[in-house]
Amino acid sequence: MNAETLFEKSRPGRGNNYVDDRGWSAEHEARLPVSARRGTPPALPEVTEGEVVRHFTNLSRRNWGVDVGFYPLGSCTMKYNPRLNEQIAAWPEFSAAHPLRPVRAAQGWLRVMYETERMLSHLCGMERFTLAPAAGAQGELCGMLMVRKYHVERGDARRTVIVPDTAHGTNPATAAQVGFKVVTCPSAADGLVDVKALRGLLNDDVAGIMLTNPNTLGLFERDIREICNLVHEAGGLAYYDGANFNALVGRFRPGDMGFDLVHLNLHKTFSTPHGGGGPGSGPVGVNEKLEPYLPIPLVRKGAEGFEFESDRPLSIGRLNAFAGNAVVVLRAYVYMRLLGTAGLREVSGAAVLAANYLQHRLLEAYDAAHPGRCMHEFVLTAAKQKAQGVRALDIAKRLIDLGFHPPTMYFPLTVPEALMVEPTETENLETLEAFAEAMLQIAREVTEDPEALHTAPHHTPVGRLDEVAAAKDLDLRWTPLSRQRRPGWRPAQQAQPPAREDEHGVA
Amino acid sequence: MGFVPHTEDDVGRMLAALGLSDVEELYTEVRAALPPGDVPDLPGASELELRHHLWEIARLNGRPDQTPCFRGAGAYEHYVPAAVPSLVSRGEFLTSYTPYQAEISQGTLQAMYEFQTAVCELLGMEVANGSMYDGASALAEAALMAMRLTRKHRLLVAETLHPHWLQVLHTYTANVAPEIVTLPAPDGLLDPEQVARALTDETAAVIVQNPNALGLLEPLQEIGVHLASHPAMYLVAAYPTSLGLLTSPGEAHADIAVAEGQPLGLPLSYGGPYLGLFATKLEHVRQMPGRIAGVAYDEQGRKGYVMTLQAREQHIRRERATSNICSNQMHAALAATVYLSLIGPRGFRKIAQNNFVVAHELAEQLSELPGCSLAYTHPFFNEFVLNLPVPAEDIERELWDNGLISGLPLSRWWPGREHQMLFCATEVITEAAIHRLVAALEEALP
Repeated sequence: MNAETLFEKSRPGRGNNYVDDRGWSAEHEARLPVSARRGTPPALPEVTEGEVVRHFTNLSRRNWGVDVGFYPLGSCTMKYNPRLNEQIAAWPEFSAAHPLRPVRAAQGWLRVMYETERMLSHLCGMERFTLAPAAGAQGELCGMLMVRKYHVERGDARRTVIVPDTAHGTNPATAAQVGFKVVTCPSAADGLVDVKALRGLLNDDVAGIMLTNPNTLGLFERDIREICNLVHEAGGLAYYDGANFNALVGRFRPGDMGFDLVHLNLHKTFSTPHGGGGPGSGPVGVNEKLEPYLPIPLVRKGAEGFEFESDRPLSIGRLNAFAGNAVVVLRAYVYMRLLGTAGLREVSGAAVLAANYLQHRLLEAYDAAHPGRCMHEFVLTAAKQKAQGVRALDIAKRLIDLGFHPPTMYFPLTVPEALMVEPTETENLETLEAFAEAMLQIAREVTEDPEALHTAPHHTPVGRLDEVAAAKDLDLRWTPLSRQRRPGWRPAQQAQPPAREDEHGVA
Repeated sequence: MGFVPHTEDDVGRMLAALGLSDVEELYTEVRAALPPGDVPDLPGASELELRHHLWEIARLNGRPDQTPCFRGAGAYEHYVPAAVPSLVSRGEFLTSYTPYQAEISQGTLQAMYEFQTAVCELLGMEVANGSMYDGASALAEAALMAMRLTRKHRLLVAETLHPHWLQVLHTYTANVAPEIVTLPAPDGLLDPEQVARALTDETAAVIVQNPNALGLLEPLQEIGVHLASHPAMYLVAAYPTSLGLLTSPGEAHADIAVAEGQPLGLPLSYGGPYLGLFATKLEHVRQMPGRIAGVAYDEQGRKGYVMTLQAREQHIRRERATSNICSNQMHAALAATVYLSLIGPRGFRKIAQNNFVVAHELAEQLSELPGCSLAYTHPFFNEFVLNLPVPAEDIERELWDNGLISGLPLSRWWPGREHQMLFCATEVITEAAIHRLVAALEEALP
């Protein structure tokens, strides 16, 4: 059964009958030109419903989720996902609505969108929000397209975007996708943007800067007002990557820091489940300067109820076929209404407290990348452990043995052997203590039992997988030939664990 | 209501360990750096109280599940077997992040691999990714990929492409500023000879949707034949459900195939989350955007799955990535995989047949109403344009007053089509619903 796909479990003749025959006939077939007819049918699995249920139930048991246990994946804000969100999202009044319904048949939906836009604007100190972006990265794309258009419309086609060296990979990738030249701004020794270096990078070709605050080291950029002022003085715009907004939500606003535009990740701060990699939702907020460029559709209050705004001549256009990941927005709406500002303030305070406490416990055995007060997450470096022969990767894999999802590894890129820990506000103190004990045990094992670390994890369905071989000898879909494929097993002559294709960060 | 589990005692212990007396002290530095800004007060609520309130809002949408909907236009109501929502709502799938730690993410990773396999089968292509945001953004990314591969910047786009998809294409390519040339479809369809004549050395891609935005079947194969001997990429956007009957993009020699995967087990959800399908030829895999799962083995020779070819992606390649995409629509891809596994190859064909039968039944009855006629005589799948003797907007209003969602008034997309409506009927439309619609429309006509 190990790793066997449903395609392999398929047996000709098995299947399920979900719909009646509606009277297909030769006469119908004759209406299809021969060249329009499919030749080979798709080889989908032939399995019963019972087999499908068992297959996917067993797959789910090979997966870790917030519902399973602690998930301190830095920069991902893996907090508890309230069940009420799920229940409301499944109400047919919302889930069965066609996106092109007449607006008077969708007033509930439009009200949710309108009020969500207002709430997010209040929380971020922005003029308006678009809910269209389907994920953080699409929010970034949306934001940088607006930045581009803002300058073009002013007859000032600037080509450079500044990104700190600690930024998420999506920041430079987005700026490049929108056609900007990416210039990296170094961090100072304290892990914050080097303001002096930034001054040197600013000129009249700079379209803007993309910043996360707190930054990916979990540190608050205390010079943020000055940074935004400098960028503004040079004629650029300041973009806030909201991946780390959980540290500040309900208390402080990117608008007050001087930012012109903001993207939020509803699947982080606003508790919508991430579903194994998506869907997310990445609303973008803007101040008055950028309001004309917002994508469509936008909702407004009209004389006869809520309606879509259609007259947006300067809009960057459309990002998706319809209104974005509406049901994800609905979940976030439910969450905000449930908590209110006071509840959100409790969220950020508890997240920051938990992170500081956990950091304090771990400093007993690990070095912090930047010791001192952190915000909602902190970054450890396993450089000391590496000198003793154990990598951050080994520590991460050993945590799996001990019942925890590992932190984010090898990110930010500025920290050697980085482990980025974000406990979130929804873990109780017992869990934080147990995680700390596990990390301290691992620190002892570095000298006492390094083999346990090098060979971890020990109790998972598979051990460390050879990503380099996988990228070379590509097997990206099942075919009947896969049956004959020989496992790419090689004798373990290497003392090192199988190489990783590359280390990864997150966003 | 909130979800913070810290008791007063817990908070006290944590603060004491940090040498602090109040949580607010954690923000001293932040407060010093920012001007005093007030976050406006939004009230919270108990779960019970909030549910009452949400119910009042939900009611404003009517009961879409009990209102026959004869509208498609890029989003389609299909039957979803009960096992789909039941399986995908398992917390182990729903509440996991991107599978960065393969050893404890085999569920997501294997599902992604099975999804890729199913997408390749549907579209008739060699390799697929783990999903894009939706069909429209998948098409835009496909156009960017075609321009990277060919190093050309002219896109020939069918006039019959869904207008929202065309808008997304413009948005995504704004800075590349490709020359977007419209391929005319004077009678609702492309002319393969005319497409062939429009090809030049500068052409990066030809973009065709099938069925097209008018519901009609394009000469997919015939265009493919012309493109087979030309370096331009052939981009085909398909409607998955139709592929139980209709030529797959692969059979038509597509280089890149995309589709809106919503019809594969996902509810209409007022537009999202939907699911972008993206597939191509193996030779182009290194230019493909998005996550890809592949088979890998551990030291003991055990088979598993990993995210592979990550050197294309933003977290490794940063500003040189093939796309900035990070989060995709994995949970929707999981639903589609479960859906396709449940219905199987015979069910897939039967559902396509039912769509064809029901839509043709509807077309026949509607076109017999006084003053009504089909706008085109070409073959269609489950969507067609009806000419009306009165403005379509008026019909939409009157039918909604009768508790029906009509076809889409086409003036919404194209001025000059004030008397046309794009109707759709899928397998969920019953005989009774058709009778209701016909009676209501007859009533509404002069």
